[in-house]
Amino acid sequence: MNIQYIYDKDHLKNSEPTVNNEASIKKEEMLINIGPQHPSTHGVLRLEVVTDGEIVKDVIPHMGYLHRCFEKHAESVPYNQVLPYVDRLDYVAAMNSEHAYAMGVEKMLGIADKIPKRVEYIRVLVAELNRLASHFVAIGTYGLDIGAFTPFLWMMRDREHILRLLEWASGARMLYNYIWIGGLFYDLPVGFEERCVSFSKYLKPKLEDLKNLLISNKIFIERTANVGVLSRDLAINYGVTGPMLRGSGLKYDLRRVDGYSVYPELDFEIPIGEGQVGTVGDCWDRTWVRFRECEESVKIIDQCLERLMTDHKRDKEFDPRAVVPKKIRPKAQDFYVRAENPKGELGFFFRADGRADQAIRCKCRACSFVNLSVLPEISRGHMLSDLVAIMGSIDVVMGEVDR
Amino acid sequence: MEFNEIKAAIASQFPEAVLGEDLNSTPKTLILEKSALVNVCEFLHGEEGLYFDSLSCVTGIDNGPDKNTMEVVYNLYSIPYNHHLMLRVELDRENPGVESLSSIWKTADWHERETFDLFGIHFANHPDLRRILLPNDWEGYPLRKDYQEQEKYHGMTVVYDRDEPAS
Repeated sequence: MNIQYIYDKDHLKNSEPTVNNEASIKKEEMLINIGPQHPSTHGVLRLEVVTDGEIVKDVIPHMGYLHRCFEKHAESVPYNQVLPYVDRLDYVAAMNSEHAYAMGVEKMLGIADKIPKRVEYIRVLVAELNRLASHFVAIGTYGLDIGAFTPFLWMMRDREHILRLLEWASGARMLYNYIWIGGLFYDLPVGFEERCVSFSKYLKPKLEDLKNLLISNKIFIERTANVGVLSRDLAINYGVTGPMLRGSGLKYDLRRVDGYSVYPELDFEIPIGEGQVGTVGDCWDRTWVRFRECEESVKIIDQCLERLMTDHKRDKEFDPRAVVPKKIRPKAQDFYVRAENPKGELGFFFRADGRADQAIRCKCRACSFVNLSVLPEISRGHMLSDLVAIMGSIDVVMGEVDR
Repeated sequence: MEFNEIKAAIASQFPEAVLGEDLNSTPKTLILEKSALVNVCEFLHGEEGLYFDSLSCVTGIDNGPDKNTMEVVYNLYSIPYNHHLMLRVELDRENPGVESLSSIWKTADWHERETFDLFGIHFANHPDLRRILLPNDWEGYPLRKDYQEQEKYHGMTVVYDRDEPAS
């Protein structure tokens, strides 16, 4: 093969130039680059920071280092083959993304009401398990960012239990391709429900431990309370969703608002930030909402398991692929579907022309992408070390930001 | 408020603005005159009873060189009233451009940058219209239907001839 990259010192300047330069900043200000290879940016994100001493004057995120042309791919492969790419968007919550995507295509095809109840309950079960895993990563690495090492190890340990369960069901540890358009890859393995019940029993005291170890820890509170306050109006105007929006005190969860899948049949609360230790909408509130959502997810998992073991029991005749269409060709239409992912509202816009097996256009409205856009607004005026705390509390996954 | 009432409310304020509708889409779509877009959106955002406070998604669509048009689709939601609405503007493909909505919804800022990056649609009055996902020195707009990849980028081959075995 030919020699690949040709080194030139102007390449970086040309490909990703900084917005500010020596001439545009004041004499006492300093231009600092954080990332793209920096542990606290949670992936390959580059922050161009203008500082005055230790005070952050401005932050400009540069991204695209992980761009994998998802939308271009989605125009060239059939709907069902896009699913593995959807996994790789938010790779710590693949089940949730799959659920949203499959739901959208099913609604376009008009088969959404034919999906068996057992399939829907299994979907919600695995999606909530994955939501737990995603929040564990968020809380664990957040602790790590601001100097607490133990919670990270504890969270990773419990996350691994979830990943093993999901691996048992789907065969893959993180990128599952388990929820298919019209059904599932396979029914749950024999004994899965029982193992899940014992996992749920195991997890409840562990969440209590997490609360005592991290969430109500004095050092953690002092590091996060009153930092990076995001007001409710600003959050809505920036399109911020998920735990960030709820942390700012708005009870808005698409699982309730849109009531998709079997969520209307399940009983769970929507936690919001109340500013118990600081101001509503600070970093602590966002973490608190994530933590409370973990508890709610366990509640949902318990209810799903109960129904999967009674009303919608395992059955030899049950075929999770019964409604999976042979050929996926929706009628000509524009369709926008949205669902509540661990990080916020994941949306897919489809345009089908009724003739092709591929979408004419498939746009992914990534929650991390939109949530990240509020970072400059809430970090101005804070200390440089608080920038790391704010960055971690947004909980971005670069795979989804860059797509 | 139903789709028809929203449409009537817009039509009474801006008689010229609504060019058509698409009832087949989900949520239902209003096709707008592009010069009226910002005024209509300000009305939708501020009007009591409508109050579309959240712009969820901005999508660019290229209809290809045959039809010679591009489209931009906006998904609006009202959080307190739970209204859903999709807006669409059609643009000329030779020189695609539309007013930016980032003065009304800050969400539009990055979404429009992305649309500019991948389609080359120019958003007038945008505060910071730079490429966002692709590198600054990338050539062309990849999501256009007639996009041709550049041959080399910083010395790296972008497209390989698939028949040629890698040596």
